[in-house]
Amino acid sequence: MPSIAKPRIPLAPLVHNELGLTIRDYEGAMSTLCAGCGHDSVTAAISLAFFELSIRPRDIAKLSGIGCSSKTPTYFINGAHGFNSAHGRMAAIATGAVAAHRGLHYIGVSGDGDSLSIGLGHLSHAIRRNIDMTYIIENNGVYGLTKGQVSPSADVGSRPKKGDPNVVPPIDPMELGLAIGATFLARGFSGDKDQLVPLIKAAVAHRGFALLDVISPCVSFNDHEGSTKSYRFFREHEVHEIEADYVPQRAEIRSKISADSARAVTMHDGSVMYFRALPEGYDPTNRLTVESYLAERKAAGEVPTGLLYVKENAPDLHDMSGTIAQPLVEVSHRDLCPGSEALAQLQRAFR
Amino acid sequence: MTTSPGVNDFALKLANVNGTGSASANGLLMQSIFRMGVPVSGKNLFPSNIQGLPTWYEIRVNGEGHTARSLEYHLMVAMNAQTYAQDVAAVARGGYVLYDSTWPLDDELIREDVHYLGVPLAAMCRDNFTKNRERILMKNVAYAGALVALLDIDLDIVSNLLAETFAKNEALRESNQRALRLGHDYATSHFTCPLPFRVETRDANRDAILVDGNTAVALGCLYAGATVVGWYPITPATAVMDNFIGFCKRYRRVEVAPGEWENNYCVIQAEDEIAAIGMVLGASWAGARAFTSTSGPGISLMNELLGLAYYTEIPAVVVDVQRVGPSTGMPTRTQQGDLLLCAYASHGDTRHIVVIPADPHEAFEFAVAAFDLAERFQTPVFVLSDLDIGMNDWIVPSLTWDDSFVPDRGRVVNDEDLATMREFFRYAGEDEDHVTARTLPGSDEKGAYFIRGSGHDQFGRYTEDSAAYLQVVDRLRAKHAASADHVPAPIIETRPGARVGLVTMGSCDRAVREAIEMLAERGIECDYMRVRAFPFPSSVSDFVTSHDTCFVIEQNRDAQLKSLMAIELSLAPDSMISVLDYGGFPLSASTVVDAVTSHLEVH
Repeated sequence: MPSIAKPRIPLAPLVHNELGLTIRDYEGAMSTLCAGCGHDSVTAAISLAFFELSIRPRDIAKLSGIGCSSKTPTYFINGAHGFNSAHGRMAAIATGAVAAHRGLHYIGVSGDGDSLSIGLGHLSHAIRRNIDMTYIIENNGVYGLTKGQVSPSADVGSRPKKGDPNVVPPIDPMELGLAIGATFLARGFSGDKDQLVPLIKAAVAHRGFALLDVISPCVSFNDHEGSTKSYRFFREHEVHEIEADYVPQRAEIRSKISADSARAVTMHDGSVMYFRALPEGYDPTNRLTVESYLAERKAAGEVPTGLLYVKENAPDLHDMSGTIAQPLVEVSHRDLCPGSEALAQLQRAFR
Repeated sequence: MTTSPGVNDFALKLANVNGTGSASANGLLMQSIFRMGVPVSGKNLFPSNIQGLPTWYEIRVNGEGHTARSLEYHLMVAMNAQTYAQDVAAVARGGYVLYDSTWPLDDELIREDVHYLGVPLAAMCRDNFTKNRERILMKNVAYAGALVALLDIDLDIVSNLLAETFAKNEALRESNQRALRLGHDYATSHFTCPLPFRVETRDANRDAILVDGNTAVALGCLYAGATVVGWYPITPATAVMDNFIGFCKRYRRVEVAPGEWENNYCVIQAEDEIAAIGMVLGASWAGARAFTSTSGPGISLMNELLGLAYYTEIPAVVVDVQRVGPSTGMPTRTQQGDLLLCAYASHGDTRHIVVIPADPHEAFEFAVAAFDLAERFQTPVFVLSDLDIGMNDWIVPSLTWDDSFVPDRGRVVNDEDLATMREFFRYAGEDEDHVTARTLPGSDEKGAYFIRGSGHDQFGRYTEDSAAYLQVVDRLRAKHAASADHVPAPIIETRPGARVGLVTMGSCDRAVREAIEMLAERGIECDYMRVRAFPFPSSVSDFVTSHDTCFVIEQNRDAQLKSLMAIELSLAPDSMISVLDYGGFPLSASTVVDAVTSHLEVH
């Protein structure tokens, strides 16, 4: 846990991943969030996911906006470049970075205010462009850093610590994503690491925009009676129906879900996402049934978690733009500049 | 001030209805005169409208090379009944009005002191063309034909241009040629051709091109090696991207397999200007050369992220094709109203590098320079163009390129460098220009750092400590000041005995140069300085202090250049006299001469 200082010498021998790195290589600075903050659990899950995926820290780029959640990229994977940007703008900045340097693993961490209020436009268009990145919303229904205002994901009737209950209907990022063509939608809970880590791993493996909505209670401003994003409320209302596990390509299947009862979805790189659909016939690749399932559960006052929707092999930004396979940052000026002769030639049209 | 027109010295104005196809006929005339080797300019004074509103085009022919806008029109082509009265009133005494005589002119439009040239354009086109659209479009080519005869423009050159333009469309080529002859033949058989003022072949344009600034700036970005673009459509900057994309399709395609082409560029039409600059920052952070182009309203939206780029030291190139503000203002009119906005964009103490081209030639060169400056100083750089430069065709010297050019990518530490370093800190270890080294995402873990717009120390760590904060922002101030020695220096031209200085910037260049000659004819010798960048090199303040009287000529209401000079160079504001012209049209020399002489007469 990045919120707890660790002994310099590990108490037990640390496990190494395929690169020979330990979980320590995927951790960051000490968290300055409140003790018990759901976000710290998500941070730990991100570290673990990348560690288990055996991705070199240098091949990862971390981005965020502004808010409690957006502080967290400094708490994981020190060896990765990070960009704590401006409120709501992370998706736009990530878009430029992905355009310039494809091939890195981009992970964005944002909050419900950052993503669904000030940054809703940028998030929506990043979804449309299918930017190849993992985008985590640490969703607590509240503005924490400014001390407790309701956020656009707050449910109607949920009561902030101070003030009147919320009367404005919320934006559900999963419903939003379905409506505008998202290619990977999953929901997790910061209190359920066993489910969250595979979801993050699958999101990273997904080629395209992977949106991960993680309910992450705010212990300071939204964990009280009357909140619908509290640990207690969520534990009572979560439907943990769609279990998922992610198995990297070439790796031995170590899924918690036994393969025989699960449905497998092959990701673009050959790795496999297993999920078990407890609701009869749940198919996360069928947008129409996913939409109606989510609507039904919502009507019943339940919040389904797990891999909700996935569409592999949809064109991403680079496919749509027809860019070369090589990252643009690696193309030398010599190959980009048409030169003096071409300049002289093209100016014939200017006479 | 009235001068009599003559050979290669006159101006005409064409009054049209927007959306009727007049632009191509007007451009055809202008380009033909250019091909005759005579200095000429064309200014499109158009409305923010697709169809129906009045639009004007001005052509000034001047053998001496004075091609700023003239306010004296010797010939008016009055094709818009809505604006007949004002157009007839605008003609210089003794001048000519060419109108469509299919319908009679109202009596109140008749002036005793001008000549009327009636050409039955609508009737001619009705009789000679069958399609309705053609009957409207060909009226323009027909009046162009009449003007070719009246102004002695080389008919072969015009005809060849039409043939080139419609090389791929024989039907259009034929009807255009026919309309041209119709107008030409009518004029030669009904009027004394040519008029007392006319065009005579010269050889002044041998090494010149006719190009607009939006095309030139796009070429500059192409040649500088820009690969990533985020942009949002806005008048008058849209054509920068239209051109950039066009050039990329031509020069930036890579054949990866036989018949299979991929792009080594990525242009993203963003959801708004905030996203556009966000994409530029993301791409620049990743190590690409990235830019956006916009106009004033877009810069307003970009302010937040420009401050982030300044404080976190990310290169960015922003082309601002200025239009009339404030707010939506007049989108199709020109102004220099964004100087202060760009110089100080964003909240808190921020200051940026601004380069200010005068014409399309400089727009090309400064676009290239902007990328070098942005990466060398790791900061946003504005290319401050305007609508006059961006959207009008200018005669400028041909663009040239040095194939030995090596881009200045600034201080970037790579893996090999990192291997020799014990530690890397993003904002420590400044060079003589107060620039620190950066690493790029994907580099060795030792070089990883965390960018943040919140308070940070020289190690890149979060801080709320005053001393640590001051160390960074004070270095940023010094870094900006150091860039003054690397930005384009002002153009200074002196005349013997001059005690008066004329200071200006950007597209005012040609009008002010012409004004200097006109003033000299009246015995007022003036030195000239055109500021080409912010921060100001020390020569800018030396020029002002070494003159008894300095006029600062600019196209905005609030004297932004004068204010910036006063603030930044500690010059007394009353040591400079403002000449302000901000109604939305390109500056003309007579405006400058009138302002300077009337001030000097009083004082």
